[in-house]
Amino acid sequence: MSSPADLQPEDAKAPLIAARDLHTWFELRRWGFLRVGAVRAVDGVEFALAAGEAVAFVGESGCGKSSLARTLLGLHRPTRGEVRFAGRSLGDLEGRALKAYRAEVGYVQQDPYGALPPFLDVRRILAEPLIVHGVRDRAERERRIRAALEEVRLSPAEAYLGQFPHMLSGGQQQRVVIARALILAPRLLIADEPVSMLDASVRVEILELLRRIQRERGLTLAFITHDLSTVRHYAERIFVMYAGRVVESAPVDDLLDHPQHPYTQALLAAIADPDAANATRLREVPAGEPPSLLHPPAACRFHPRCPHFMAGLCDVEDPPDFEPRRDHRSACWLHR
Amino acid sequence: MRDRTLLRVEALELHYQTRRGAVHAVDGVSFDLCQGEALVVLGESGCGKSSLAKALMRLLPRNVHHTAGRVTLDGIDIMTLPDERFRREVQWSRMALVMQASMNALNPVVRVGEQVAEPLRVLRGWPRGKALARAAEVFELVGVSTDFLARYPFELSGGMRQRAVLAMALVAEPALVILDEPTSALDVLTQASIMNALKRVKRELGTSFILITHDVATSSELGDRVALMYAGQFVEVADAARFFTAPAHPYSQMLMASVPRLRQRARPEAIPGEPPSLAAPPGGCRYAERCPYRFARCAKDPPAFRLGERHRARCWLHADDAPAGGGA
Amino acid sequence: MSGARWREGWRELRRYPSALLGLAIIAALVALALYTPIAIPYGEALAKWRGSEAWQGNPVNAAPLWLDRLTGGEAPRTLVVASETAPVEERAFAGGRRLRIPLAFDFDAGDFPSELNLFLHAPGHEQPPFARLSWQTPDGRELALGGYRIGARERISLSQDRALERRLGGLVPHIGLLAEPGTAEGPDAEPRVLPGRYTLLLDVLVFDEEAAFDAELVLYGRVHGIAGTDHQRRDLSLALMWGTPVALAFGLLAAVGTTVTTLVIAAVGVWYRGWVDATIQRLTEVNMILPILPILVMVGTLYSTSIWLMLGVVVVLGIFSAGIKMYRAMLLPIREAPYIEAAQAYGASNGRIVLRYLIPRILPVLIPTFVTLIPTFVFLEASLAVLGLGDPLLPTWGKVLNDAQSQSALYNGYYYWVVSPAVLLMLTGLGFAMLGFALDRVFNPRLRSL
Repeated sequence: MSSPADLQPEDAKAPLIAARDLHTWFELRRWGFLRVGAVRAVDGVEFALAAGEAVAFVGESGCGKSSLARTLLGLHRPTRGEVRFAGRSLGDLEGRALKAYRAEVGYVQQDPYGALPPFLDVRRILAEPLIVHGVRDRAERERRIRAALEEVRLSPAEAYLGQFPHMLSGGQQQRVVIARALILAPRLLIADEPVSMLDASVRVEILELLRRIQRERGLTLAFITHDLSTVRHYAERIFVMYAGRVVESAPVDDLLDHPQHPYTQALLAAIADPDAANATRLREVPAGEPPSLLHPPAACRFHPRCPHFMAGLCDVEDPPDFEPRRDHRSACWLHR
Repeated sequence: MRDRTLLRVEALELHYQTRRGAVHAVDGVSFDLCQGEALVVLGESGCGKSSLAKALMRLLPRNVHHTAGRVTLDGIDIMTLPDERFRREVQWSRMALVMQASMNALNPVVRVGEQVAEPLRVLRGWPRGKALARAAEVFELVGVSTDFLARYPFELSGGMRQRAVLAMALVAEPALVILDEPTSALDVLTQASIMNALKRVKRELGTSFILITHDVATSSELGDRVALMYAGQFVEVADAARFFTAPAHPYSQMLMASVPRLRQRARPEAIPGEPPSLAAPPGGCRYAERCPYRFARCAKDPPAFRLGERHRARCWLHADDAPAGGGA
Repeated sequence: MSGARWREGWRELRRYPSALLGLAIIAALVALALYTPIAIPYGEALAKWRGSEAWQGNPVNAAPLWLDRLTGGEAPRTLVVASETAPVEERAFAGGRRLRIPLAFDFDAGDFPSELNLFLHAPGHEQPPFARLSWQTPDGRELALGGYRIGARERISLSQDRALERRLGGLVPHIGLLAEPGTAEGPDAEPRVLPGRYTLLLDVLVFDEEAAFDAELVLYGRVHGIAGTDHQRRDLSLALMWGTPVALAFGLLAAVGTTVTTLVIAAVGVWYRGWVDATIQRLTEVNMILPILPILVMVGTLYSTSIWLMLGVVVVLGIFSAGIKMYRAMLLPIREAPYIEAAQAYGASNGRIVLRYLIPRILPVLIPTFVTLIPTFVFLEASLAVLGLGDPLLPTWGKVLNDAQSQSALYNGYYYWVVSPAVLLMLTGLGFAMLGFALDRVFNPRLRSL
């Protein structure tokens, strides 16, 4: 486990995890040699996350953000491109090395109840990763389980050790999920929609908890969400995804205050903050339906819905990443 | 027109019997709804808001253990109406329900248009052509291309199906449509456009809505008035303008402070603790356990204090003889 | 596993009277199954059932005692009169002794005995003793029954004595000797028992001064024990008692064997998908159309009918059974559960996922199925035995039924012979079924009506 104090300034700049030209396609059922096609869930994603950085991947359902999470976790093999973790390509890891990688990456899922085996109690749930990774000493396991529970503020730990998931509230369940993700002392934490199934009053707690742990442990946090309004205080950088690609990335405040890509702008415009005036105001929503990942639009994926569509350009050539503002990338021909 | 009371709910109670004892899902809810008005019932999961919708639509599960109270719609006491008359005279024609999963409840082998026209043909005996023509009008109103009338549900996206269900609820022009989490399974953009459609319907048809949601931002999209529900009770009912700027109940205040906002830099604050179990609601004020203003009186159940023309809050802080400080 | 969940299940279960009754039946059967091997050890039970002298004091095809209780309690019990308790008069003469052994007994049952045998025991005599028998009735009549030369072990079957039968006016001796004179005359007359004290007097010439001479008169009753006897004088209670552990063990082992293997294979198929799953599915489909009973009959005919071989065949054929399809349908959605994905993400091995995460999830739902599966295997074993494919050595319920069938028990009116094993089989089925259905309601929330 590394803490911020241990890290050299150079290390903080070196990426902990990076994706290069990452594609994860899911082959649809094949009939003999005849290919029906592939769902292009992740379709050319590039990024590099520094150690200790908290980032958010934002996008609507079907934008490929969950497939990206699973690819980073090593649960899906990339169709093309690679994921590098601490300088090693994920594709090269096998056997013990892959298992060691799994201890380096914690995973927090969307549905806290589903993420916990209903037939095990909290102690056993938290013991499982330790057992899998060969922590044989019972007392050592117990110590780490209690520490993990304290860290996610489920204290006193005794009160929770014997509980089964269904006896816990949604927020408590999610804390157990986070404790499990942390118990192997990972360097990277991937949280896929960690609060979308929780109640409003609990969401903030869980987000605060994740952010605090991320800071205290110097973790790299990849926070995946569909809700831009939950991002501001809990991530440093945002990647906006659309149809399997990252269309815009920037530091949080810059992105929220100065969105560059037309899709990001549309997304922000569609989100309401509680205000009585909303009831009388129609929101601007781009026409059309979310794109099919099986037959995505050619070139810029957003062009069929884009208000700034430039015929002959947007539907012909993929926009590269432009940098219209400092440290703010956007894949749109408008910035040309 | 706005002042005419459409729906009046008085002391509605709905308790379920479960293995763990009686669950007080709706525990003494009263409110009025005027014609053309939209009331948002806002509450966290398990607060009883969906049970309220079911009770109003008389979709009671088998394990109902106790119901009480009066619900009058347009002067008709719908709690005591015989089932057959309720189906013929109230359901669809006066009051319709759209649920979160309704979009998955469409019949997969019947064209969407036929399904939307169905209530007209059954309730009013309209011929197929006339009913379909009306269905097409409603389709346009909710923002679905009329091309989709002839399609099957599986050919439509989730958002389109939800709009089709909405069209079906609206086709017989009911005075009241109850929307139970109509958009929470949908994407941000789809949500926004469905809310847009609802606003248009409200403006053009003058339909009254009860929108049930857990999402504060969604609640502000349609509500003229907001009722905040907690542990089976309405803790505050207020005009939207009042509710979103200066709520009176401590829970309302804390809930508003806990909502992450896109356009403000203020850091949201979590509400400590957990909502009480509906199976064993605490005596006295149900929010007392999590409330920072708790004082001795909170051990007694607070009545709904009248704070203004259309503003009620169930909190002792608003009693005439309450100690100063705290509250709004 | 989760103790709390089981405790909760138990609390829930107690609300169903049928479950409690089922449990009580099962508990009684299990208690019997545990008691039996202690009371009658395995080897002893096998030896006895194979047939032995131990049974010679038992009547043939006697009804159980409880049947007699139901019909008035008049039927005679088996009566043994031994020379050890008789006032033997002994007079010595040169080169031997003369013994007068009066085997006296009181007889006042409502019916005649089923058979009359005299067992004589004269070990170590150089020259066989000679005995003259005479029968004294309560009303003072005396009948000479002839003289016999006695071997070391002699059985004089009075009931079989044709000459005596003729002397008694055509009545078989065990009736004629005890009948009231005159009651048997006339075409429709039913002989009646003459109650009172009878004596069989043995006048024995023993040509030895030392050697012992013992006599035992057995008047076989018409009822015997709690279960009655069969055509070989065997006490049926032995078979009914030993049938319990055999049936329960067979049912339990077969149910455990098939359920566990089937479950693991189904889970492996669901987890690995692809060709593994396809192979398992095709094997299952082939196996599902194989008729299990004819195969068992074939194995029994060609190889052996040993119960353990049958158990093995049942389990092997049960592995790729329809259960795989059911478990697969239950496991498929669990495969996609987030907690499985989480386990993969922290590096749990495939074996661990199958055994620790997939299978335990459906165990509670399987318990009712498992419980109701036990009696089906008990019935299968009984059916095999009825078909003559029972274990050659072990006494089981099915074999009792098989014997009853081959002796035309129902035609001859020996209903108890069929009823007792059938009732035990039904009780087994009923007990497990009542428990199983209640468990289904407890563990299968969809069936639970609130």
